[in-house]
Amino acid sequence: MTSLDKVKQRAEFDAKAHGYYLNPDPEFLLNLLEGLRKNEERYGYPSCPCRMATGEFEVDRDIICPCDYRDPDVEEHGTCYCCLFVDSGTYASKETSPIPERRPMEKQLRAYGIAGEGQPELKQEPSSMLMNIGTGRKILYCKQCGYVVFREEPPYVCPICRAKREMFAEVKARLFFSTGS
Amino acid sequence: MTPKVAGENSDHRVVLYTLSTCGWCKRTKQFLNDYNVEYEYLDLDTATSQERIEAIQFLQEKNVPIGFPVIVVDGETIISGYKPDKIKEALGF
Ligand code: SF4
Repeated sequence: MTSLDKVKQRAEFDAKAHGYYLNPDPEFLLNLLEGLRKNEERYGYPSCPCRMATGEFEVDRDIICPCDYRDPDVEEHGTCYCCLFVDSGTYASKETSPIPERRPMEKQLRAYGIAGEGQPELKQEPSSMLMNIGTGRKILYCKQCGYVVFREEPPYVCPICRAKREMFAEVKARLFFSTGS
Repeated sequence: MTPKVAGENSDHRVVLYTLSTCGWCKRTKQFLNDYNVEYEYLDLDTATSQERIEAIQFLQEKNVPIGFPVIVVDGETIISGYKPDKIKEALGF
């Protein structure tokens, strides 16, 4: 079981690494950390405390904390959606308020078992590369540092070198998979 | 199942859609407790899938963005997100 201390340490470490701060209100912060702890316990990963998770890793991947939306949200609003991570200005003002949801609607709906329009069905056998073909994922690389991801969309910000989404390009290569004998 | 929290201010029927883990949801519940408002709430993350779908369909019908908390006063006034001034206004405080 993950302890609250561990969740806190992880968040603090992550905030520091990115130049962010944690919510300045101790009670609010504690609630969020407790939410992350609870989600990690029930789903096996710390999904966002303010969003509905399904418990299916592939569907929840973008909302595992720190979520895909954190960096652009902190940049635009001075805080992430949950107000766990904030920038220095928000931290100093000690004022946080709710911000709009950036997660696309079809992904939100999928969390409720309502399929988004035209979205590929994501249910698949875990860890099988072969099964991923045809689900709309691409191999994308960061033109600045070479970081490679295999997913539908490039990240908003490169997690390695902080380059913006526009720096990502698709690797157009023909892939051969061997199923072994 | 929507648990009910008793309060002296029970003139309006107040229903909350929340997540058990979200910070603004806790804030909202605390706010209503402080004002001694009676309310019901449904934590969607611990609700049954049927309850969850019904709640989301309701929000979609009313054109309310999915996000937590959502506060419904007398089935009509819908406030999405923690907005203390709007809650007060809807409750006549
Ligand atoms: S919104 Fe904040 S708390 Fe929620 S997953 Fe993203 S970074 Fe974590």
